[in-house]
Amino acid sequence: MKVGVVVFPGSNCDRDMYHVLTDVFNFDAQYCWHEKALPKNIDAVILPGGFSYGDRLRAGVIAAHSPIIKDVKKMAKKGIPILGVCNGFQILVESGLLPGILLKNESLNFMCEWTNLIVENNKTPFTNQFKLHEKIPIPIANGEGRYYVDDDTLKQLKKKNQIVFRYSQVINGSSHRIAGVCNQEGNVVGMMPHPERAVESEINPMDNKPSSLIFESLLAKIGVGN
Amino acid sequence: MSLESQELAELKSKIGRDPTFTELQIVAAEWSEHCSYKSSKKHLKMLPMKGPLVIHETGYDSGVLDVGDGYVVTAHIESHNHPSAVEPYGGAATGVGGVIRDILSTGTRPIAIFNGLRFGDIEKDQQARWLFKNAVTGIADYGNCLGIPTIGGEVEFDECYQNYALVDVAAIGFGKKENLIKNHAKKDDLVILLGGSTGRDGIGGSQFASDSLESEDRSAVQIPDPFIEKLIIEAILEARNEKLIHAMKDLGGGGLSCAISETADALEIGIEMDVEKVHTRESDMRPDEIMVSESQERMLIITSKAKLKKLQEICKKFRIACSVIGHVTSDNQMHVKKGKKTFANLPTNVVANATLLDLPSKKPLYLETIEEEKKFKAISNYSKTMMKLLASPNIASKIWVYRQYDHEVGIRTVIKPGGDASVLRLDNGKFLSAKIDGNPKQCYINPREGAIGCFEEACRNVVCTGAKPIGMLDHLQFGNPKDPEIFWTFLESLKGLTDFVKYFNIPCVGGKVSLYNETPAGSIKPTPVIGVLGLIDKNPLIPQKITDGDCLVIIGNTKNEMGGSEYFEYINKFIGGKCPSVNFTESKKNMKTVLEIIKNQFLKSAHDCSKGGLAVAVSELCMTNQIGCKISLEKVPGEKLDVDRILFSESHSRYLLVLEKKNLKKLEDMLKKSKVSFKLIGQFRGDKIQFNKGTKSIVDLRVDKAQKTWLNSLKDLILHG
Repeated sequence: MKVGVVVFPGSNCDRDMYHVLTDVFNFDAQYCWHEKALPKNIDAVILPGGFSYGDRLRAGVIAAHSPIIKDVKKMAKKGIPILGVCNGFQILVESGLLPGILLKNESLNFMCEWTNLIVENNKTPFTNQFKLHEKIPIPIANGEGRYYVDDDTLKQLKKKNQIVFRYSQVINGSSHRIAGVCNQEGNVVGMMPHPERAVESEINPMDNKPSSLIFESLLAKIGVGN
Repeated sequence: MSLESQELAELKSKIGRDPTFTELQIVAAEWSEHCSYKSSKKHLKMLPMKGPLVIHETGYDSGVLDVGDGYVVTAHIESHNHPSAVEPYGGAATGVGGVIRDILSTGTRPIAIFNGLRFGDIEKDQQARWLFKNAVTGIADYGNCLGIPTIGGEVEFDECYQNYALVDVAAIGFGKKENLIKNHAKKDDLVILLGGSTGRDGIGGSQFASDSLESEDRSAVQIPDPFIEKLIIEAILEARNEKLIHAMKDLGGGGLSCAISETADALEIGIEMDVEKVHTRESDMRPDEIMVSESQERMLIITSKAKLKKLQEICKKFRIACSVIGHVTSDNQMHVKKGKKTFANLPTNVVANATLLDLPSKKPLYLETIEEEKKFKAISNYSKTMMKLLASPNIASKIWVYRQYDHEVGIRTVIKPGGDASVLRLDNGKFLSAKIDGNPKQCYINPREGAIGCFEEACRNVVCTGAKPIGMLDHLQFGNPKDPEIFWTFLESLKGLTDFVKYFNIPCVGGKVSLYNETPAGSIKPTPVIGVLGLIDKNPLIPQKITDGDCLVIIGNTKNEMGGSEYFEYINKFIGGKCPSVNFTESKKNMKTVLEIIKNQFLKSAHDCSKGGLAVAVSELCMTNQIGCKISLEKVPGEKLDVDRILFSESHSRYLLVLEKKNLKKLEDMLKKSKVSFKLIGQFRGDKIQFNKGTKSIVDLRVDKAQKTWLNSLKDLILHG
């Protein structure tokens, strides 16, 4: 089963994500350059973190107009699992695949630190192995990571079960402490924290098992490739 | 900013005619202190640069170390002091960019950044605060965008940097030995300029950096663009994989003048180039401006005609400009044309090799009396003094700084910033530990012992992670070298470092000299900054949570060496006293012993004693583990000393080892066998940091209160001043 890792100019977590997919979870992953079409036989798409186009104008806004986004939208419509991490989340939001917007952190600074997530929706292709409200120790690293939605949209998100992850405590001023959301269908998920930085015990000072379930959920959904 | 009169005469005699205007600009850039090292080079040769793991290649700006299994680590250190003092955001950011390109030009991928920052007294001085804040943001914005983790560093404040800034940046690269660029070129190969466009920013930057900072020459400061740098990194590594690069050099100080002349000189070739082929940001630039512009994010590449098309395709993919600006000739001349007209035609060895100076030196007068001490007022409440120290800008946690740096990207960071050295995992299963350290307060009192101390401290830090030091980087920062007293301090520091390198067999793999660091109030204190790289074959010592009943053992003697200590300078406002000195035999024995013990894998953590002495080192363990301790000061090995000296002496070669009680006997047996000075000085328990002497309580502090102060004081100072 093939997982595409989309690479934009300025992506910088693409190699980390690829390593985790292939060397840790044995997915058949491949890099997909943003100007080329997505391969037809792809089973899942991941938009990794980084600074696409150097965060010019606003994080993710230029990449949202890359040629590959048309294909990503088609895949999304087909129900194929799509995950955006950090800058990938920002791109999904800017391209209209996910609701809300990501603003500068309340501190106005870049923040790199470990925090805890709470799983709020365990029905998505990336959370189906979690118990509801399970805790995930995970690092964040962003400058524009404050998720914002207006009150009406927030009500809708709650009603449609689109809030996937929340921070266990206030860290950057996100609406409702939201760290990750999904589309109404649940197959497109975006999250600010970096699961690829948390799945190996060697570099995870807390516990690497919970974050591993994000990738194991995808395995459960699409199966392992040969 | 031009050549001095005797230099001009020398140039005329070497080329046998009057130089053209363009030639004069090219030579002035290349013969500047910044590019030519003319004041220091003669003496730098004393530092041994060879070692069993060191790989030497022609034309490298970075050091290369063989870490086994076909892999190499590259390392380099640079500073951007003058630009950062004028425009801290851009100055610091472009400092990162420059050192990263040095790593890239060897053909290795940059995998880590370190920074050493020094400013004036931020408690009093608004400008120092502004410089600090913006330099940190500059480094964060640049490094984060590149996706290269900034994993360690140091921050220090001292009045000698008033109205000034020292911004040192070190970088580490990693790659396969077979992918190293073996610089070579032959006649008719193409000379290519790749990356950012050439503009009027940074014109004369290297001469600017070779003068005392008197005017704020903003046009000499370069403009950062990390996005282009990121594209260059990926494009060059792709070109490297396709073997499209014959020779490569980054454009730094001196711009094209320096890159062209040094590359040609190193490879013993000539280069003919046309400034009209250089992609520029502005249309009406003169040839000399193009030649000395220090616009950022540019690389010089030499390749064959046959490989050009493939290289251009890669550049097109990343949308970066790539201009063929000239070709290789066999006449060893640097020939600069505009269209058909010649603007400069100089022998490369003349341009690239300024006449080295042998400047006079003289021991500074102030050193005759500085080691004398004076009586201080007795301290009635040590707990209060401790709180004051923990809140002081030099000792307070730097979390406000490193939280702004992405230190996780690249998923190699095993030991994160905030402790002793940081540790990265390598692809061959080994681990690389690295740390940079400086100590201008001690170096001012004794430039030789101070420099050695910085070196030993950096070694102690990597040793605490279980790593054997394999290489060092030195960055020697001093004032105006033409002042014999300043030059003497430079030579003393260099001699001290040389002695240490020789005794410990830790070769110098790279370095940098930055002179003319002068502030309106005079010269900065001698500020050598030393980086040490250590290698761990397996199992780094990752600090484990300290729990109730764990034991604390100290290795090494505490001596009456308070000169330059935070206790003297911050608490007592006194500059002077005896500088801590490293006893080489003791130092080596302690280092070796700690490494052996770590290999046995029963330590919970190891921590070095440095700034703030034993009192601060123990408190750091307590605060990061949120546990109290009870320490008996009378047990601390060393000279018989007053309480304040035991608590705050900054003697070297000392290590704190934490372990479970059940392993104590094993440890003591090993320590006895290796004949190091050691003692069990206390245990961890409760929620208070307690130092006693006999039955008398000296320090009694709540951990939570201490921790809150230590963690927040720097941030509070920046945000609320």
